[in-house]
Amino acid sequence: MENFEKSGINSITENLKNTDIDEKKTPFIKIENVSFSYDSDEDEAPLPPVLKDVSLEIKKGSFVALLGHNGSGKSTLAKLINLILIPTKGKIYIDGTDITSESLTEDEMYGIRRRIGMVFQNPDNQLVATVVEEDVAFGPENLGIEPSEIRRRVDEALQTVNMTQYKKHSPHQLSGGQKQRVAIAGIIAMLPECIIFDESTAMLDPGGRKDVMNTIEYLNREKGITVIHITHNMDEAVRADRVVVINDGTIFLDGTPKEVFSKVQELRTVGLDVPQVTELFYELNYRGIDVDFSELDEKKCAEALANVIIQNRK
Amino acid sequence: MLKDITLGQFFPGNSALHKADPRMKIILTMLYIVFVFLAKATLSYIFVVFFTVVLVIISKIKPVIILKALKPLIFIMIFTAFFNIFWTKGDSTPLFEYKFIKIYKEGIVFAVLMIVRIACILTGSCVLLTYTTSPIALTDGLEQLLAPLKKIRVPVHEFAMMMTIALRFIPTLIEETDKIMNAQKARGADFNSGGLIKRARALLPVLIPLFASSFRRASELATAMECRCYRGDKGRTRMTKLHYKPVDLFLLILMVTFGVIIIVINIYLIDILNFSV
Repeated sequence: MENFEKSGINSITENLKNTDIDEKKTPFIKIENVSFSYDSDEDEAPLPPVLKDVSLEIKKGSFVALLGHNGSGKSTLAKLINLILIPTKGKIYIDGTDITSESLTEDEMYGIRRRIGMVFQNPDNQLVATVVEEDVAFGPENLGIEPSEIRRRVDEALQTVNMTQYKKHSPHQLSGGQKQRVAIAGIIAMLPECIIFDESTAMLDPGGRKDVMNTIEYLNREKGITVIHITHNMDEAVRADRVVVINDGTIFLDGTPKEVFSKVQELRTVGLDVPQVTELFYELNYRGIDVDFSELDEKKCAEALANVIIQNRK
Repeated sequence: MLKDITLGQFFPGNSALHKADPRMKIILTMLYIVFVFLAKATLSYIFVVFFTVVLVIISKIKPVIILKALKPLIFIMIFTAFFNIFWTKGDSTPLFEYKFIKIYKEGIVFAVLMIVRIACILTGSCVLLTYTTSPIALTDGLEQLLAPLKKIRVPVHEFAMMMTIALRFIPTLIEETDKIMNAQKARGADFNSGGLIKRARALLPVLIPLFASSFRRASELATAMECRCYRGDKGRTRMTKLHYKPVDLFLLILMVTFGVIIIVINIYLIDILNFSV
């Protein structure tokens, strides 16, 4: 247990240095022809598969947004990656190790869960302890780390999510966004290489949502943590490097936000919205006003609009 | 309204008793109760009261708070006193006699001593333990104190974990109960009128959704805990290890002295001030 823990710390620092080399090599997460269906009750007919023959590769250090309407299989995919669920068919590789192999030991399984953290939707249902710092310590305590090292990691994690001043508070005194940041701190204290956010912003008010999104972006850009962000909110998806749309258990669209959101019609057929900016530009084009709607940034969008207005005046 | 309930009656503070190790406080409380029961002579009861007052002073808990804690027990105290007064038979002539009712001097003394005993035990254990120890420290203390029982396969860690989670979720569930009650009120539910049975039945539509959501919470929490590599006690360390400090030794010496004095009084000084048992 301890050995793998130390190697975990080393691999993180090494990976931070060698990200460019790593990216060209094997992808961090590799999903190969994975299918999954939930077990049905004995007498009933087998349930339809939630995921059908999905293949996906995710590079180290990337920020992937996973989109799809309810029941599309996106949360199931997330749970397959950190071994909460096991695929019915297909293989999943994390950093080259086959995590779906039969010979995976218990220690290796917990090793994978440490490396791939997961933050859920309801902040209340993930906090275990009655004091913020105790809760952040929960993960490292489970890993069997030395008390002094746990202390150091807890302080650092709370600093990262900007919650140091609340460390002695009890969770029920905090707002939704603050609780969610504590939950994130609890995950980063385990020094993961990848964090999956399973609709972690869905239950928050706009303020909390903004704080959590900024934290997620910071972890990805500054700490080099691979982020998989499952969301319904298109304006959050825009902030990712890559957007993957899942529909009906298969990958429907995959590309940069610009590429994906330019396919307004396709997205609408699977019941998804597009970011407000894209929608505006799409409607303008539809009505015969020619503007380039590949821009997703609100400021740039405003500038483009201003240009159009000036041109039209002339 | 439900938010007003104070949890575990813990009053944060900075006294020696607040700083003491929870394990030591659990031990001290047990010792204290044993010593109070050992007290036989009236003199030792006076000393018990004196020592309890000393504990209250050390804890820096306001006496008003302690009187509030004693209030719900007044009925039990009166009840005990009542039976002791009328059912204790003394050797001397009764002080008061009316038909079959006879009241002896011993009966009155005994009743007073019983009240003192109940009040002291309650005050002492509140001050030593519940008022000065946060529920989480109490759980930690119990877990570590009972750790040797793990060898005979008593699931000590699991019980402590359950306690922690229960404590964590009490405020959450109270908040949720409030929400559900308001939702039911908005649909015309009436919780405040009618007899006992009618009121209890009115609570049913509150309890059912509360249970359903608790199960959903439990399942989500379990998944979240698995994601954080929880696998029971196996290979688990703690961030804060409990250490005995000088203050713990001081309190232990104080308690032992108390015990010794009680025993000495019992053996040698039992006849002084003796109206007793």
